[in-house]
Amino acid sequence: MSEADVLAIEAVTKRFTLGDGEIEALARIDLSVAPGQLVCLIGASGCGKSTLLRVIAGFEPPTTGRVSVRGMPITRPGRDRGMVFQDYALFPWMTARDNVAFGPRQRGLAKHEIDAIAGEYLRLVGLERFAARYPSQLSGGMKQRVAIARVLANDPDILLMDEPFGALDALTREQLQRELLQIWARTGVTILFVTHSVEEAALLGDRVLVMSAGPGQIDCDMTIDLPRPREVSSPEFNVVRRDLARRLKSHLAPARALESAEG
Amino acid sequence: MTKHVATLGKAEPDAAAHAGPRRGRSLATARAIALGAGFPLVLILLWDRAVALTGTRLIPSPRRVAVMMYDFSFGGIYDDAFSGTILIHLWKSMQRVYGGFFLAALIAIPLGLAIGRIKLLRQLLDPTISLLRPIPVTAWLPLSMIFFGLGPNAAIFLVFLGAFYPILLNTVFGVRSVDVRLFEAAAMLGCSGSAMFRQVMLPAALPAIFNGLRIAHGFAWILIVVGEMTGVPTGLGSVIMDGRTLSRTDLVITGMIVIGLAGFVTDRIIVTISNRVLGWSPQHHE
Repeated sequence: MSEADVLAIEAVTKRFTLGDGEIEALARIDLSVAPGQLVCLIGASGCGKSTLLRVIAGFEPPTTGRVSVRGMPITRPGRDRGMVFQDYALFPWMTARDNVAFGPRQRGLAKHEIDAIAGEYLRLVGLERFAARYPSQLSGGMKQRVAIARVLANDPDILLMDEPFGALDALTREQLQRELLQIWARTGVTILFVTHSVEEAALLGDRVLVMSAGPGQIDCDMTIDLPRPREVSSPEFNVVRRDLARRLKSHLAPARALESAEG
Repeated sequence: MTKHVATLGKAEPDAAAHAGPRRGRSLATARAIALGAGFPLVLILLWDRAVALTGTRLIPSPRRVAVMMYDFSFGGIYDDAFSGTILIHLWKSMQRVYGGFFLAALIAIPLGLAIGRIKLLRQLLDPTISLLRPIPVTAWLPLSMIFFGLGPNAAIFLVFLGAFYPILLNTVFGVRSVDVRLFEAAAMLGCSGSAMFRQVMLPAALPAIFNGLRIAHGFAWILIVVGEMTGVPTGLGSVIMDGRTLSRTDLVITGMIVIGLAGFVTDRIIVTISNRVLGWSPQHHE
């Protein structure tokens, strides 16, 4: 771990008690992320990638080990780490504008400052015309844009995204992926992006971490140095995608062999 | 019936939109009102025919009730103790209905919020509440007369009891069913402590609280008759009890209709308020 890292995870493990038994969700995880990196975390369902994200967010304490952001160990959720959930988790009783203004309001800023920030980030995600709408009056893609703006309005060190586009249709997903890359380029925010889509990881990531289950661990840490914007139909992209898919499958295969042996 | 007026009025405009939005809307509203008001008219007609055909003297005809209603409202026909007294009775009943209702809300909402939030309190109170709740309010009548004597306080107490449980249970339910994600989202945005309570839990539980208030409000009007059986001289419930004692069924039915109308109008007020407060919630619009 170097001093410059925005996120440092050292020897983190996570065990859940379930009834009488215990489930080992995360075996030892070590990870450091440099500022401005866009890191994708990919793995089959149940591999612990969401658990890792929740530990970083501070929603779950690690069983052992330590997570620090800019050198400060974290103990609880805080505005230095902004989570974007798959199911948006917008406050349904607040308009899009008030959702985005929620974070700045917690900081006790003056009203005109809060308004300015909310306006700025709604503009960033292209929703200024929908500022007065409630979440129930917005499409899924719009809701996720509000959720992203809400987190960015708090100027976090790191954006944690838990399969954020998983519930969207293919067209909306592609558009939001493009927009996220634009936002990332403009704000320079560090992003940790959980997905189960190989293509999404190859399209977005500077770096892709492949996780395997039982218990969850990072098996492979790949740097993707394809130039941006990436062209999904290009041969170079396909090489990366195939490589990622192969690595992901190689971790699935033993698990399947084990299942059939038990069954 | 009363419900249909409101729901049809909201639902129809889309269907009739092709006929020009404004004209389609007013047409649909007129249709909804005609349907909603037409059915009671049919019932009154059936009532009138049934009384005429059977020749019963126990049930007055709609015409006699209408005359009684007029006399009760404006006087000038029978000139007895009930002539032109509607406002006095309505006012007294409303004082008791809303005295009991607001007292119930005042205690049940904070208590419900606390029970929903604090496990210890839930463990302490939940069994007792579950035990007391099934007891019919009417069963409390003798005890309430011992506690509060003959008079309006016993009536207020009964209304309070009837309104208390729906508000309490819906508030607890509202707090318990707030999506955990919302607390997580608020926490990561820097919200904690009492701000979390005010800015997340309370607004998230508000639809359920309003449901409880609306149900309780209905109970409050239902219970006013029982409440005013405790020997108070005024109030719509006491008018009905007097009508029964005097075998004046037209007076009884008149009292019933006034309670029905008062309950209907005040319910619409609550719905209007909740639609305004809960404009964000698509499920809560009527």
